[in-house]
Amino acid sequence: MAVETSRRDFIGMAFGGFAAAGGVIALGAMKKTWDPLPSVQSAGFITVDLSPMKEGEVQTIQWRGKPIFILKKSADMPKNEKRDIIAGGSSYAVMIGLCTHLGCIPTWTPTTKQFKCACHGGEFDASGVNTFGPPPRPMDIPPFKIDGAKLVLGEEGPEYKKLVAKKA
Amino acid sequence: MAEIKKATGLIDWLDQRLAVNKFIKVMMTEYWIPKNINFLWAMGVVLMVLFMILIVSGIFLLMYYKPDIKLAFDSVNYTIMQEVEYGWLWRHIHGVSASVIFLVIYIHMFTGIYYGSYKKGREIIWLTGMALFGMFSAEAFSGYMLPWGQMSYWAAQVITNLFGGIPFIGESLVIWIRGDFLVADATLTRFFMLHVLLLPLVILLLIAVHFYSLRIPHVNNQEAEELDFDVEAKKYLDGKKVESKVVPFWPVFLSKDFFVVGVALTIFFYLVCFHFNFAMDPINFEPANNMKTPAHIYPEWYFLWSYEVLRGFFFDIGGIAAMDIGLAAFGFANVIFMVFPFLDRNTDNVAPAHKRPAFFVWFWLLLIDMIVLTVYGKLPPTGANAWVGFGATIVFITLFIVLPIITKMEAKCNNGGCK
Repeated sequence: MAVETSRRDFIGMAFGGFAAAGGVIALGAMKKTWDPLPSVQSAGFITVDLSPMKEGEVQTIQWRGKPIFILKKSADMPKNEKRDIIAGGSSYAVMIGLCTHLGCIPTWTPTTKQFKCACHGGEFDASGVNTFGPPPRPMDIPPFKIDGAKLVLGEEGPEYKKLVAKKA
Repeated sequence: MAEIKKATGLIDWLDQRLAVNKFIKVMMTEYWIPKNINFLWAMGVVLMVLFMILIVSGIFLLMYYKPDIKLAFDSVNYTIMQEVEYGWLWRHIHGVSASVIFLVIYIHMFTGIYYGSYKKGREIIWLTGMALFGMFSAEAFSGYMLPWGQMSYWAAQVITNLFGGIPFIGESLVIWIRGDFLVADATLTRFFMLHVLLLPLVILLLIAVHFYSLRIPHVNNQEAEELDFDVEAKKYLDGKKVESKVVPFWPVFLSKDFFVVGVALTIFFYLVCFHFNFAMDPINFEPANNMKTPAHIYPEWYFLWSYEVLRGFFFDIGGIAAMDIGLAAFGFANVIFMVFPFLDRNTDNVAPAHKRPAFFVWFWLLLIDMIVLTVYGKLPPTGANAWVGFGATIVFITLFIVLPIITKMEAKCNNGGCK
């Protein structure tokens, strides 16, 4: 009798164990099915050639669905060593173009050299630092890597890590 | 195996094979409901009817809707609204019933709280009910995304972003839920799947458990009178229908419910035909644009109270960012109703609120506070509005902190322990 019971217990546990292991593996597969597709992930990294940009010019590109402002600084714009990116001997201000207040998109005003947000009147200087209004902090800098005169967005290069270290 | 005889008719033929007579007795004609109840006890059946209306209207919308970011907006606003015969009617029915079902859910919930129908054996009814509330909220959110207008898009962006507040895994969790770095095609299609398949299945299952969990402790009544259902049922079956304190679910209880359902549906179709606009936000008639945020983003009315709790803390306290306190308060607001039966420490007293003075005051304060939160949730959070929102949030949290204390004191007094 006792032998019979333990035999059945063993079969029950073996069956349950197999089912549980299968269940865990199936859950893993389901999690991966929900992951972003490879095409989506590779679109998360884009390369921008900075060499054709003129001084004082702002270009807006889309990266991961967010606007990115790239400004090639002219000589009369103050440098900001905590935020500027040096590539090919020139200084650039690169930032995610979303107001840090509520996520509206500020616009570049060339006459005053400011980014102004229409939603609640926030203002940022040419380096993306908040100077007026409700924004609580400067515009965020996206992870980047410098490759000669090219900028790769989405990858954390040594220059990006240095900037992050300076901020902290 | 049962002995199968030549059937005397169709019912008998079915009864021999499916025991239909027994089934109808158990589910309908000998399922006993107390007499001492009022129209608020009909809300469950009203909810069931509204859910059926959602399923039927949803089936017709599903025939033309296209879950693709290039096609979704036009499939709703052009194909369904202009080309499909009565497409506009199905859409307005679907939108209005989604809104009205929340009103009835709240009435149903507050009836349960007022009459103490969440404790002394009825905890599972409350828990499955709150799980249903959660699932209906997910249904409402995923459904709101489908027309792919500006409000659909930015509501999806903001709500999925909330998961970013979870420590450590937040940022990658948001991307995982969306299937992209931003709300995009992958997000729309997977939320479409949730809206039309997985969530309705879960809801149907939960409704079955919700009904079943009512069966053992039985329906509560207005005075929380303890009834011996076997004795009362016997009286009814013996013909002493006046003396008996119970009636059968079918035909007696449901015939009263049908009257309430009739009134509710009259109001409902009045809204569908003449005031459908309250469920159709004008901002959502502009196609989704990830490069342009609408000036004001607000949820539908039924989420406003918890939205106001989320933004109630608008300043940092003790070095903790306002946003993180808000998120914590929002999390609190969303789980606190779930554990309601365990916060009421006077577990034996199932009397209605008007026989429990302290709880009575507590109940109405909560209801008023939630109405204040709802109203201010819609207003822009500036100046005095922000402070009212903050105050109402503090009141909301405080009410739930004091609930165990006042009910504990009440339990003491009931046992003669207070002076």
